[in-house]
Amino acid sequence: MNNLSPTPLLRLDKISRKFSTFGLKDICFSINRSDYFMLLGVSGAGKSVLLEIIAGLVTPDSGTIQLGGNDITHTKIQHRKIGLVFQDHAIFPHMTVYENIAYPLHGLVKNAKEKKEIISDIASKLGITGLLDRKPSRLSGGELQRVSLARALVQKPEILLLDEPLASLDSLLKSELRSLLRQLNRWGQTIIHVTHDYEEAISLGNIIAVMHKGEILQSGTPSEVFSHPKSQFVAHFTGARNFYRVKRSDEGNEALINETILIKLPASEGNRDGFILVRSEDIFLSKDPVETSAVNNFKGVILEIVPTRSGIEIVADIGIPIYSVITQESLQNMGLKEGQSCFIHFKASAVRFIPG
Amino acid sequence: MASKSNPPIHSIFLFLGAIILLFILAPLLGMILNTTPQGLFETAKESEVRDSIWLTLWTSMAATLLFAIAAVPFAYLLARRKFPLKRVVTGIIDIPVVIPHSAAGIALLGFISRNSVLGKLGSAVGLNFVGNPAGIIIAMAFVSLPYLINAARDGFSAVPLRLEKAALTLGASPMRVFFTISLPLAWRNILSGLILMFARGMSEFGAVIVVAYHPMVTPVLIYERFGSFGLKYARPVSVLFILITLAVFILLRALAKEKNSDNDE
Repeated sequence: MNNLSPTPLLRLDKISRKFSTFGLKDICFSINRSDYFMLLGVSGAGKSVLLEIIAGLVTPDSGTIQLGGNDITHTKIQHRKIGLVFQDHAIFPHMTVYENIAYPLHGLVKNAKEKKEIISDIASKLGITGLLDRKPSRLSGGELQRVSLARALVQKPEILLLDEPLASLDSLLKSELRSLLRQLNRWGQTIIHVTHDYEEAISLGNIIAVMHKGEILQSGTPSEVFSHPKSQFVAHFTGARNFYRVKRSDEGNEALINETILIKLPASEGNRDGFILVRSEDIFLSKDPVETSAVNNFKGVILEIVPTRSGIEIVADIGIPIYSVITQESLQNMGLKEGQSCFIHFKASAVRFIPG
Repeated sequence: MASKSNPPIHSIFLFLGAIILLFILAPLLGMILNTTPQGLFETAKESEVRDSIWLTLWTSMAATLLFAIAAVPFAYLLARRKFPLKRVVTGIIDIPVVIPHSAAGIALLGFISRNSVLGKLGSAVGLNFVGNPAGIIIAMAFVSLPYLINAARDGFSAVPLRLEKAALTLGASPMRVFFTISLPLAWRNILSGLILMFARGMSEFGAVIVVAYHPMVTPVLIYERFGSFGLKYARPVSVLFILITLAVFILLRALAKEKNSDNDE
């Protein structure tokens, strides 16, 4: 796991908790300061409960949690220095935005002037200065999300826990909030972010842990998890075996893998660095060179033929391993064998670019 | 009232509703129309009547406020915690509503009489519950507490748990969470429970008359005048009492509404 530094900021050791219908089993991971840790999994995987355990809202049956080297497994919630942003924001409806953000400062900051400064500072960082006097019932979903973030951040938490923070936002707000979260992380805020969306995980996290049925199946950098899934579930869940780090051209319509393999993709603006994803279902395979409308055409060698849940997976080497899924019928018709040479085709429109 | 788009069955319901309304209003209106302003004025001048109305108002208010100190936190527990025999406990709370109030009075009399533990305790500090405002307060509280507890419990149940959890993660102690989150958000229900308890206490007759015939609360006074002098003499006191209680409720409701609209927007 992620154990680069000798004393991680947060360390979970064999955390287990049983519920009537499911449970968390032996959850272990550690996080370093300034990490952006993504917990990725389908709903019901136990991600939110895990957050609540870290925050102290739920007590584990066994296992320990250490924060900065101290055991906090049984520390009271209010003394943990961990901020939690709920999926539906949990803004106090009977208080103004200002009062909401001031709530955690009670007893910490006595001086009224100082309190005001702290709040106006965090408000300007999150772009909600104009909302301070409003009541929450007059705010939009995106505004509520920012207020909720400000309220959690004002107490300077060691770790910020986010439960599906982007789930209820439309796509424009999503990308705005994404850059805000990236910015917070750049300022040094350690973040644990729960999501069911692998694109979100790739574009924000420097470490991704895939969770399923109360267990962490795999964790590592986005490339490790997506390019080398350790289990069928991870491979299937991430949905895309063809996952590569790329550098895009200035026009954004070409991308280089390993600075050698050139992939054409739909042009779009934004970062040059990122990842591309191609679903294995979108990769065509032929024994002979054929003329198609696809602009990405490569010659390669079949490395492996693996039966899977969704069909036959063909792994071909075109300088990088590339994965294609075909039916049993096609396999027989074409008479493909391992070691045989083949041609790979896919359209530019099948390529998805994820900045990150 | 009934617009064109309403199905015919609603007209029938409306008719039935009108009958119910008439059933409630007709006796009251009849009584009020049978009372002359002069008679009302004369009654209001009687110190016996004035004293009893004042006694009824303050004892009921005292019963409500005193018992609320314990009842509201208890309602919070009922809303938030699971504990063994919880169903039995909620059943016990509803007992005062279902038993005959004269029987409740008899039970209370045994409980607070001089020979009882509570009675002896009271005597030690020079307080005799029987035939005393303190006894009236206890009788009123006994029969009206369920209204407050149930309303407050519903109020607390309606406060989203995540708001309390959020407050905890923001460094608040459970005590602070209760006073700054749960209580303000459940306040509307608690207030209406308080008003209901106050109203129920004021109108109590059965339990109070057993515990304290004197000093006379107004319901007892009305009964006494009816028994000794007849309908004609009981009527003006009844009307006066009804008018005063109505005025008090309208005032309390108005205050509650103002406070709530402050909270909401």
